[in-house]
Amino acid sequence: MKSLAELQAIKNKMADKVAIRTSSGNTRIVVGMATCGIAAGARPVLNAFVEGISEAGLGDDVIVTQTGCIGICQYEPVVEVFEKDREKTTYVKMTADKAKEVIEKHIKGGSPVTEYTIGAAQL
Amino acid sequence: MIRSHVLVCGGTGCTSSGSKAIREKLAEELKAKGLDEEVKIVQTGCFGLCEHGPIMIVYPEGTFYSRVTVEDVPEIVSEHLLKGRIVERLAYTDTGDKEEEKKPAAEISLSDTAFYKKQNRVALRNCGVINPESIDEYIAMDGYFALNKVLTEMTPDDVIKTMLDSGLRGRGGGGFPTGRKWQFAKASVSDKKYVVCNADEGDPGAFMDRSVLEGDPHVVLEAMAIAGYAIGADEGWIYVRAEYPIAVKRLNIAIEQAHEYGLLGKNIFGTDFSFDIHLRLGAGAFVCGEETALLTSVEGNRGEPRPRPPFPAVKGLWGQPTIVNNVETWANIPQIILKGADWFASMGTEGSKGTKVFAVTGKIKNTGLVEIPMGTTLREIVEEIGGGVPNGKKFKAAQTGGPSGGCIPASLIDTPIDYDNLTKMGCMMGSGGLIVMDEDTCMVDMAKFFLEFTVDESCGKCSPCRIGTMRLLEILKKITDGKGEMEDLDKLEELANYIKSASLCALGQTAPNPVLSTLRFFRDEYIAHIVEKRCPAGVCKNLLQYTIDEDKCKGCKLCMKNCPGNAISINAAGEVKEGKKLPYLVIDQSKCVKCGACMDNCKFGAIFKK
Repeated sequence: MKSLAELQAIKNKMADKVAIRTSSGNTRIVVGMATCGIAAGARPVLNAFVEGISEAGLGDDVIVTQTGCIGICQYEPVVEVFEKDREKTTYVKMTADKAKEVIEKHIKGGSPVTEYTIGAAQL
Repeated sequence: MIRSHVLVCGGTGCTSSGSKAIREKLAEELKAKGLDEEVKIVQTGCFGLCEHGPIMIVYPEGTFYSRVTVEDVPEIVSEHLLKGRIVERLAYTDTGDKEEEKKPAAEISLSDTAFYKKQNRVALRNCGVINPESIDEYIAMDGYFALNKVLTEMTPDDVIKTMLDSGLRGRGGGGFPTGRKWQFAKASVSDKKYVVCNADEGDPGAFMDRSVLEGDPHVVLEAMAIAGYAIGADEGWIYVRAEYPIAVKRLNIAIEQAHEYGLLGKNIFGTDFSFDIHLRLGAGAFVCGEETALLTSVEGNRGEPRPRPPFPAVKGLWGQPTIVNNVETWANIPQIILKGADWFASMGTEGSKGTKVFAVTGKIKNTGLVEIPMGTTLREIVEEIGGGVPNGKKFKAAQTGGPSGGCIPASLIDTPIDYDNLTKMGCMMGSGGLIVMDEDTCMVDMAKFFLEFTVDESCGKCSPCRIGTMRLLEILKKITDGKGEMEDLDKLEELANYIKSASLCALGQTAPNPVLSTLRFFRDEYIAHIVEKRCPAGVCKNLLQYTIDEDKCKGCKLCMKNCPGNAISINAAGEVKEGKKLPYLVIDQSKCVKCGACMDNCKFGAIFKK
């Protein structure tokens, strides 16, 4: 170890890996992972969110987690986004590509992608 | 891609309740479900809530599972990790709120629970958060940044000034200002100086230092290197008990990793500063926690103290200037450097800054490790964090400082805990053992217990301690045997004060404290033993009598069968009480060994002790 820069490099490399334990969780992305969700392809969606949030360096603030069945199995994979001081957004029939778009526009940009939400699905 | 971390406690408490088997089962289950690429298992140090171990925390949700068994693991994997449903029955959710106001487990984070709410973790900040066997995780939590800061931005005098300004006092028991100790050592002129870590934790019921060493070993190494720079030492020694195998193992790993990274060794961070650390295992003698005895033992001699002065800061290890600090003291230092003296001094009370770790044991619901700001009241520790005394019993007293300290009676439960208040009460901070006692504890018996400990552990070098503590113990035994006289109380006090003033080291100087403090606060119990020949708490065997209530006894003879001394028989006249079919039984007091087996076996509550 010769310099602060080297130490900082190790810290940065590790930051991602420990963020999961220290995240504020101000924003929670919850993926439905019951039998219906998994069968409909929730796992790639969950992975896309985990990777996308980590790549975007948002791990300090956003946690990606999972939940059971919320009862609208027909519309799985379902993803809910909880934000502080804001009503939750429910996305339905998600895919990995849609997940990337949600990260880009909603999580980073701040405006929900309305065409994927439950309201647009016309229940 | 890792989406979840499962932290499993690998501290001594949880390891002995089976956390290793849990980690193995977890790995197996994750593999079977194909989750081993997504979920990472992390072995951590102590979370503090040892009572509820083995403990597991699942992130990112932060769900806290307590008392996990190997059989629970498949359910946690298939429900929580696969499907995201929290296993409510295992989740620890004691927030101290009323049952109906309770939130679901998913919404309760660790910091909401009554046990953690009032805690402020400085020394324990990484315990239960990082993997203690990974230097990278320590660095991720700003590890070794303080060492970099002192080496590149601060002069040794700046470092010492920061320590002085912070108001940090030694956490090992004495409470001597750390900065002053360093100042003396720096002022001593010598080519060779030493930095020593005292990890010879010997108080019964204390495990603060063990938890830091097991949960965050690098913090001790970093702090010792900082001190080395401040006083001009290039060598450090950690004196740790051989009875702490997990701590020893993790210290060895940490030292090796620090060497690999060049954070110990020559020219650290490219500066002229070089520092190395060695371990010395102690054989577990209590006296070796005393600094001069510790240094003698590190040198390879029999662990016996020597008179001070000269203090180690002037003449210590191998006759060279040496500073000796306790593990918990070290654990505070890197953060004081990084966050500043003002930050540290903003916590605590006027004369006692910062936080203190306590190992809370005894008659308390949440046995474990807590770190609280100085000035927190005993009531908050016992009733809120500790969850109170179990089985609806009444709190009677708490012993601080183990065999060297004294007791705080229930009447003083609202006293803020800091060095000065404890000294005023005739107690001492000690290293942080806090033993809670309920109404079933006999204070004379308790004093006797601690005296037995010091008699065993007295090194024998000086006679006030070697002979004096033995005589104290004999008087206490006489009292608990029911043979005490009132003048014994004066003898106890007189002898105790002689031992305090004449003993060579702190072991002897503090050994009479449990006697003096119980005499001060619970003199009536001593008097009950002596005058009434009665033990109010029902503990001292020779003053107890088991008797059978003739009217309640149904004559079933269950007690008779279980009595090891054949002391129970049918009443001499063979009298049968009205409404009963069999003659009642009686205990022959001359044969009774007072084991209590009769009382335990009676189904009708007909036997009582008084």
